[in-house]
Amino acid sequence: MTVAPVMIRCYPARYWERRKEQDVSINLKVNGKAVSVDAEPDTPLLWVLREDIGLTGTKFGCGVAACGACSVHVNGQIMRSCSIAVGDVAGKSVTTIEGLKSADGTLHRVQQAWIDTQVPQCGYCQSGQIMAAVALIQQTGSPSDAQIDEAMTNICRCGSYPRIRKAIHAATGKAAAAAQNGAG
Amino acid sequence: MADSPTPNLAEAAAPTPAKKKGFKRRAFLIGGVAVAGAGLFGIKLSDSRAASKAAALTTGKGEHNFATWLKIAEDDQITIYSPHTDIGQGSNTGLAQMLAEELDAAWDKVRLVSAPGEPGFANTGLARGFLGEMSGQSGIVAGIPQSFMSLIARSMDLQITGGSSALRYTGQVTFQKVGAATRLALIEVAAERLGVPAAELTTADSKVLHAKSGKSLRYGELAAAAAALSLDSDPQLKSPKDYKLMRTSVPRLDLPAKVDGSAQYGMDFTVPDMRVATIMAAPVRGGKLTSVDEAPAMAVKGVEKVIKLDNAVAVIAKGYWSALGGLRALSPQFSDGGNAGISTASIFKAYDDLFAKGEPADEAGEGDVKAALGAKPIEAKYQVPFLHHAMMEPFALTAHFKDGKLNLWGGMQDPLASKMFAAKVAGLDADNVTFHPMLIGGSFGRRLPMYMEIVEQVTMLAMQLPYPVKLIWSREEEVAQGAYRPQSAAILRAAIGTDGKIAAFSNDYGQPESAESETTFIYDLPVVARRYYEYASNQQAGAWRSVNSTQQGFYNESFMDELAHAAKADPVEFRRKHLKPGSRHLAVLDEVAKRSGWGTPLPAGVGRGVAIVESFKTIVAHVIEASVKEDGSPKVLKVTTVVDAGSIVNPNAAAAQIEGGTIMGLSSAIGEAITLEQGVVQQSNLTDYPILKLADAPAVHDIHFLNSGAPMGGIGEPGVPPAAPALANALFAVTGKRIRQLPLLTQAKA
Repeated sequence: MTVAPVMIRCYPARYWERRKEQDVSINLKVNGKAVSVDAEPDTPLLWVLREDIGLTGTKFGCGVAACGACSVHVNGQIMRSCSIAVGDVAGKSVTTIEGLKSADGTLHRVQQAWIDTQVPQCGYCQSGQIMAAVALIQQTGSPSDAQIDEAMTNICRCGSYPRIRKAIHAATGKAAAAAQNGAG
Repeated sequence: MADSPTPNLAEAAAPTPAKKKGFKRRAFLIGGVAVAGAGLFGIKLSDSRAASKAAALTTGKGEHNFATWLKIAEDDQITIYSPHTDIGQGSNTGLAQMLAEELDAAWDKVRLVSAPGEPGFANTGLARGFLGEMSGQSGIVAGIPQSFMSLIARSMDLQITGGSSALRYTGQVTFQKVGAATRLALIEVAAERLGVPAAELTTADSKVLHAKSGKSLRYGELAAAAAALSLDSDPQLKSPKDYKLMRTSVPRLDLPAKVDGSAQYGMDFTVPDMRVATIMAAPVRGGKLTSVDEAPAMAVKGVEKVIKLDNAVAVIAKGYWSALGGLRALSPQFSDGGNAGISTASIFKAYDDLFAKGEPADEAGEGDVKAALGAKPIEAKYQVPFLHHAMMEPFALTAHFKDGKLNLWGGMQDPLASKMFAAKVAGLDADNVTFHPMLIGGSFGRRLPMYMEIVEQVTMLAMQLPYPVKLIWSREEEVAQGAYRPQSAAILRAAIGTDGKIAAFSNDYGQPESAESETTFIYDLPVVARRYYEYASNQQAGAWRSVNSTQQGFYNESFMDELAHAAKADPVEFRRKHLKPGSRHLAVLDEVAKRSGWGTPLPAGVGRGVAIVESFKTIVAHVIEASVKEDGSPKVLKVTTVVDAGSIVNPNAAAAQIEGGTIMGLSSAIGEAITLEQGVVQQSNLTDYPILKLADAPAVHDIHFLNSGAPMGGIGEPGVPPAAPALANALFAVTGKRIRQLPLLTQAKA
């Protein structure tokens, strides 16, 4: 007896039908710099960032927008780059984890809060977590616990969630409110 | 994370390691020493030939090596080589603290790097520690010369991270001693140069100081001469009251690179000319690739090659997206290896049949349990599913074969075993294979040497490609081809005497491997039986964070709760009655009751549950307060945790491990399950294997370390096991419904 492979449920058929497309030149802005890449327009932004532009801070976790490890900002909006076609970000501005520091190398206050709170364990999801937190703070100023619950849907298998919450509060000056979360 | 560490290459090389019978890892370890005896070799901190090769690999001009693991440069930079892969626990920072403490090193000039995957860096301290733990005869093990332990470690390719072992073995057995012995050597040189007695010298901040004359010498100036001395193999260690670095929460060394995107994981490795491959193995584990038409993949832009392996098909392309597109375009046919009849239901049935037959493969305990249980014991059956590690970084390993040499780059829990395995697969001499360890994006036991089929796959690809190739597993492949925590079942029975105490307790459990040598039954009962029924499905028997203690902790601590209610006793009081007076367990339980406000009133709809489990020599008790949401799913409101790991090297990093372990335990209890139908894993991605998210993590987690001074236990794993039973017991307090199957989400909805 032979069996056929398991059905791949997460990839819409259109992904596999488009393969005859040709590379086109796509212009976008990444971390403030103009970039031109030759790619099939349906290639996910994630792989263009990682393999063509060489920015590996944005991580591949699931490929189906379930985990958020690939989160970046597109025109200031948080997006999961594994599920956006690079063709759809032509002409737009993309910010990755590498683009958060200021020009003089100073960490973004969210990055600093992540160190101060000792958030990361394995660290693999943290680029995406930090990008999501920065977007949330840009949007809300000083997010409440309920807003954090709603917005911070990225997966962390190490379970750094209590510290992520604490670090977001710390970055927005609400450290005291979070003091009871987590030990140490 | 995991149990014991003998990478067995022949076993790991088999494409279908489903049946691991005879893979007696602990027996191997202990047996190795039994024939050896003591006193065969001279005592040194590492044996000379391998050590000098290791030192040569890592020591440049102006740098001086001490006992392989430590390097002091003339500019005072101190480099420590860790044989452990820091898979996120912060253990490498802890190891650096331990060595630097005894060395009196200036912390701001200490850095720690992964040791190369070379025999000179095989982990002797770990071998020594595990031998003691698993033979139960630490006194004998302590008498075995270091150089012989080193040979054992090397013969096992031992460079593993697992068993919550880094600090308690590598740290205590090796790194503290290396630090202390090196300090003595530096003092010896300084005494000679200053012309003063060594007794008048002190050390601090990487300097030797002579208070009387006010003179001092930097470690960097002394290193060359000190490195030529032979080190004391059993130096006096500091008294804990003199610690400056240990037992403090110094920030982890690895975090700055993990917040700015610069940290380089195996997934991130790149070299010029590199291609990317992705792969699909037989959906039914044990099956083979029978046929595949390569044409649809080759028609995909960017695809360069399709490679058939014995049980898998790989597509090589310019980048991952093209490779994935090529793979998805294929319709490979696989055989099922005769395993198409295996399902979640068939595995549970196999256990039930074995329980009914009543002939365990192994048993332990004391007393005549049958007589003591009587005719009508309290009885309950528990079932738990396969669990997936779901490390955030899917497997990614790069390999390049050129001019007779094979290089590999990536993150595995045992770089040295990975190298040896790759050499075997490639048919190369080990000297021609180099494994370059990189950061690991989570592991939890998945990257242990028993389950490193990716090493075999990428090696086989690289051996037939003229360029470097990075093999990336899709998340779908990663979920479908796991090394899962085994699906398991147990029947618990007990009798309660007229005094309200347990008269007899039995645990009949079905699994692919015995849990006996690894799990700890903490209660002091007159009659106990633990009986193991062996059944292996087509799945690998994986080591999932805290290994057998996850399911055994759930069984025993849920059933203890049932017995408390049967005896109409408070669950904490009931447990107290069955723990030895004055024991560490009792101290932990009392402390968690006190800190959690056990017995104080709760709002309507909120329940409290308690559970206490010892694993990896650390005792952890959780009290969980939980309610049930409108959709029937649980809401964890508060966790109170008390930990006795003996002592703690870095309290903040240890707390992070307890937080994360608790959440992983809760996540698995609430929603995680791998199920099989016709031998095929039914889950495909993180969409149908739900990991707990921030909103459902405990809003409040109070963690307290008791620091009893007992021998140091592990910290990465022990937070996991009591989480599931504490939650299930809390939900029972709310709903009156006993949870005997996990995950409980399916129950709540039923």
